[in-house]
Amino acid sequence: MRKKTNYINQMTVEFPSNSANEGFARAVIACFCAQMDPTLDELGDIKTAVSEAVTNCIVHAYPNEIGSIVMKAGIIEGNVLEIVIRDKGCGILDIQKAREPMYTTGGPERSGMGITIMESFMTEFRIRSIYGKGTTVYMKRKLTKRGSHT
Amino acid sequence: MNITSFLQNRQLTVALTGDIDHHRAKEIIRVVEDKIDQYLPLVCILDFSEVTFMDSSGIAVVICALRKERELDGRLLLANLPPQPLRVLKAAGIEKIAEIREESRL
Repeated sequence: MRKKTNYINQMTVEFPSNSANEGFARAVIACFCAQMDPTLDELGDIKTAVSEAVTNCIVHAYPNEIGSIVMKAGIIEGNVLEIVIRDKGCGILDIQKAREPMYTTGGPERSGMGITIMESFMTEFRIRSIYGKGTTVYMKRKLTKRGSHT
Repeated sequence: MNITSFLQNRQLTVALTGDIDHHRAKEIIRVVEDKIDQYLPLVCILDFSEVTFMDSSGIAVVICALRKERELDGRLLLANLPPQPLRVLKAAGIEKIAEIREESRL
């Protein structure tokens, strides 16, 4: 049984898989986590991880169509940011393979480093995919507590 | 897309700007490769000083430029990297295959 998480704050956005929305998703997560007073480095890491996850939805989940991407974020006790990014696209056939650095099914403009970067920039990273149904990425990042204002 | 570049003694400096993500990567790669094909530089410098954000798409930009320079027996230098793009490049181990020039920004 999974313990119910108590969120201090939450948000959900849904947008179509247009590549212009990569920047939108980064801006949304940056605005949302501003209330946690992140350092510039932390903010950079979080924006990078979100950018990778959303790009994967656009490039891989919906290669020949525009589909829906849902991004949820929540703030958990202990200054932890949780991010869930979900698509209803084609799913991943071989997750182990997809997680390998430098592996990509994309073109030469893709580096195959997206998942590796999400894993190394976030404190927790999980990916769940059902082939033909879609993929969900769960990420958590613990932020340093700065100052005493809460 | 307006990407400015500067050529001197077969040394080409390309000034990258803004957010480098998948949305812009294809175009940036095309412009950088076209400039290298046009000027055949012995040294190509990618200047990141005006880059506001970069994800793994930027790694592909660097790798494509590196491939072009190797065809010419030339060198690729990455200059003026802000902390965020530098962190992404280091996560990919790019410092092992391309030269990163650490210098104080003007």
